[in-house]
Amino acid sequence: MYNKTMIITGLVIFVLMVTFPVWYNGLDAGPLPKPELPPGGEKECVASAAFMRDKHMQLLNEWRDDVLRNSDRVTVTVGGKEYRKGLQLACMECHSNKEKFCDSCHDYAAVTPTCWDCHLTPTEAASKKEAH
Amino acid sequence: MKYAYSFLAVIALILIAWLGSQIPGMQYFFGVAVPYLAIMVFLGGFVYRVVYWAKSPVPFSIQTSCGQAKSLDFIKPNRLECPTTNAEVVARMALEVLTFRSLFRNTKSEIYDGPKITYESSKWLWLFGLMFHYSFLIIVIRHLRLFLNPVPEAIAWLDWADSMFEIGTPAMYMTDAGLLIGLLFLFTRRLFNRQVRFLSLLNDYFPLVLLFAIGVTGVLMRMFLRDGVDINAIKQLAVGLATFSPVISTDIGAIFYIHLFLVCILLIYFPFSKLMHLAGVFLSPTRNMRNNSREVRHINPWNPDIKPHSYAGYEDEFREYMVEAGIPVEKEPTPQKDEA
Repeated sequence: MYNKTMIITGLVIFVLMVTFPVWYNGLDAGPLPKPELPPGGEKECVASAAFMRDKHMQLLNEWRDDVLRNSDRVTVTVGGKEYRKGLQLACMECHSNKEKFCDSCHDYAAVTPTCWDCHLTPTEAASKKEAH
Repeated sequence: MKYAYSFLAVIALILIAWLGSQIPGMQYFFGVAVPYLAIMVFLGGFVYRVVYWAKSPVPFSIQTSCGQAKSLDFIKPNRLECPTTNAEVVARMALEVLTFRSLFRNTKSEIYDGPKITYESSKWLWLFGLMFHYSFLIIVIRHLRLFLNPVPEAIAWLDWADSMFEIGTPAMYMTDAGLLIGLLFLFTRRLFNRQVRFLSLLNDYFPLVLLFAIGVTGVLMRMFLRDGVDINAIKQLAVGLATFSPVISTDIGAIFYIHLFLVCILLIYFPFSKLMHLAGVFLSPTRNMRNNSREVRHINPWNPDIKPHSYAGYEDEFREYMVEAGIPVEKEPTPQKDEA
């Protein structure tokens, strides 16, 4: 083999880079996210858990477009229960703790939804009320 | 026909992953066994290929120079185009690896009536090639968010920057568009440029189609076919693979297995194909050697060890036979005993 030092250094760097997740995680998969179930004990949602896991972001965006862009505030009735279209009006009514519900999965998967650019989290809303 | 075969091959691979992942119990095969096999073949094959290349000696100093070599003091050398020191070589290599400088020199020749030939600078290949490669790099780095727990800030930042246009939900990535547009150009170039079409082989089309299918399945999974795409279940599997404790959830959708299987095929195919230009670009002797043949003698490393053999030595060795054959010698042989 010619140019041994250069070739071996290059290959070692490459292999270390490709296997980076192994060194970074250190064989520890870490805790799995455990989103908190509604503290009020509600069992029904606007859709099944599987649907919400996969597509809640698309549903929320549809609602946003309906309400804010098409001024369509018609409520959604699922299983005899009426829901107003909205993150704070519907979702956060039951899933009242953003930090323990939303953030647990979003942090795990490094997702930063833009919901909270405009919306207030329940904790923020409470602290605002106190200030006034 | 050659491009048709590459489409057929990719469609067959998609069907294998699609139907296979629906068989109960086969999720483990497609989600765990194949990825481990793929990464082992990839790393092993990659090291093997590079070591194999490193065993071939470079017989001459064969750098290509596009500028004035260093010679007399009053002649200005072109330090980048004709590097004579290691630092200059590093600069030239960095520009080649990071900006594809040799593609930037691409020209297009055309024959007109007359007959007259014209040469024109053609930067499209460079532009779309660069776009494709950088998009692909960012996509690969971005995928680390599924393998690392906790996710480093830099990767979250990259993810944010890549999806900053916030088109659709989840937000579309710029690099996904860059990758697909780049691949589309590289593929159509092979179809519509007559010279390139003549030179193109199945193994030129196949990686393009395979990469395109990987990009399309990735976009579909993120934007359109979200059924069964539970990111946390997928991340649990990916982190599990990286920590050698894979856990597979049974309700991940088929689109994920198709995407993953195509990536595994790419990894397995990689070391044995033209895609090895990833390593090859660093080992191109015409780029990575110093053009210092005026200062240093480059000795071919495979030269046999030949000892100098002077005429005097030659005559010493063969003098008797030369005299016998009547060939004149410079030094007469010493008289032998039988004369006495």
